[in-house]
Amino acid sequence: MAVRCVVRERQYFDSVFLMRVADRIGREPGVGQVAAVMGTAANKELLAEAGFHCPEISGTGPNDLVIGVQGERDAELEALLARLDDWLAPERSAAEASRPRTLDQAVAQLAGANLAVISVPGQHAAREARRALDRGLHVFVFSDNVPLEAEIALKRYAAERGLVVMGPDCGTAIIAGKGLGFANVVRRGPIGVIGASGTGIQEVTTLLDRAGSGISHAIGTGSRDPSDDVGGGTTLAALDALDRDEGTQALVVVSKPPGRRTLALIRDRVARAAKPVVACFLGADVERGGAPWTVVRTLDAAATEALRLVSGGRGEVRKDGERAPQAEDATAPPAAPRRYVRGLFAGGSLCYQAQDIFGGAGIKVRSNAPLEGMLRLEDPRRSEGHTFIDLGADEFTRGRPHPMIDPRLRRERILAEAADPEVAVILLDVILGFGCAPDPGGDLADAIVHARRSGRLDVIASVIGTPADPQGLDRQVRALRDAGATVSGSSAEAARLAAAMVAGA
Amino acid sequence: MSERFAELLARGPVAVNVGIRDFAETLRVQGGEVVDVEWTPPAEGDPELLEILDRLL
Repeated sequence: MAVRCVVRERQYFDSVFLMRVADRIGREPGVGQVAAVMGTAANKELLAEAGFHCPEISGTGPNDLVIGVQGERDAELEALLARLDDWLAPERSAAEASRPRTLDQAVAQLAGANLAVISVPGQHAAREARRALDRGLHVFVFSDNVPLEAEIALKRYAAERGLVVMGPDCGTAIIAGKGLGFANVVRRGPIGVIGASGTGIQEVTTLLDRAGSGISHAIGTGSRDPSDDVGGGTTLAALDALDRDEGTQALVVVSKPPGRRTLALIRDRVARAAKPVVACFLGADVERGGAPWTVVRTLDAAATEALRLVSGGRGEVRKDGERAPQAEDATAPPAAPRRYVRGLFAGGSLCYQAQDIFGGAGIKVRSNAPLEGMLRLEDPRRSEGHTFIDLGADEFTRGRPHPMIDPRLRRERILAEAADPEVAVILLDVILGFGCAPDPGGDLADAIVHARRSGRLDVIASVIGTPADPQGLDRQVRALRDAGATVSGSSAEAARLAAAMVAGA
Repeated sequence: MSERFAELLARGPVAVNVGIRDFAETLRVQGGEVVDVEWTPPAEGDPELLEILDRLL
């Protein structure tokens, strides 16, 4: 195998842009693994682990771009890397336009600035967030790997100033109809959403849009906000704000179960709320505890309940999916030895929710991100029995793009699962919206066709998106159906269908 | 209840973007006001220098 590396000194690019560059290079013929990263110490270690032993990498730093390519023939790789400027060109030409170099310069340029969107590498994010708070800006922190103590300090500092910190590890938010981070294009409407989970917010907001309703605001809190360590400051501030917001008639809260003390605080706040609240706590039963809220366990149930609240009890999330033929006859499970479900998820919360649904059906699942009571998969790269993989977990995304951007890892895994004679169902989530791959359904189509042909197995998918998303909901659903997948109306519905198909097998 | 949070919701984001440039573009195509900072790791990413800078700031 041939390996080639190129270094561009003092050329800094952000991680999402580099993921896209790596994805595009990886689509060229004869190319194996691709790395497009900045030369930080951590990235250099990952490059070495991945077999990029290039001498030119050793002296690089965090401001130097490193591109590594593996492939069949040296000459091919060389020709490919000679075209590197073409891939970097859009970014470089845009960079030539004058942009402020600091937050202060940016604030001076933008009258009425009220928010900083921060997505720099984790170790720098708290510093930038603190600067923004000092300038009187609210902050949305997409970055993960921000130390817990920094999150606690930032949220305390913000609260003292009447400001809010969405994040860290905040995948999405929608403020007054404007999506931040990885957001979908949803209609404005009467329902306010508060979420510690990015894909959870995406699923609830898109289901509400598809049911004809809409979102007043969706406020991301960051995944750790409801823990007792952080104490739910952003969740509580968002409850206050949406309870008072004129455009909001009902509230939905989406998160994993909060810490005990934080849950008590949330309950107290809900008890005083003027508006009805639906809470979806993924993965565990949470007692209503006397608060006047509706508590559910799946994202589609949360959307349905919210819809009922704003439509006088008549609403329901439209089940615009289809049922697999086998599901009509759940008493006849697939013949042994095809009896296992392999869930390959891009959304961490959707992987979590699917485990919960299987647990509810009495089916044990192994996962690299196991829900309480489920089994930890020994090797994330090798499935055993019923296995649900969160392909966005660190072990899969270190040094390579997230599956919401780059389909390669999931395509390879679909083919690997299809080659396993014990697999009856492959379960997938396909996430649309700003920032996601331009054709995520189409990217998986070939692998689905191959999997369906290779044996008697079914592929069940859900699409998280709306007709107005850049990728187009209908186009994505069609691509998946044409490839032979069954497309369910929600991610929970897809998991329930898969569970029904293997129950008793 | 924070008045400033209520103002953010009422007015919508007028944003400074620091990091992933796509996020500025996302806001722009939705008709949002945004200025994108040309961010690079400070002080060549040297942790000791960063600590000194933090104390000065």
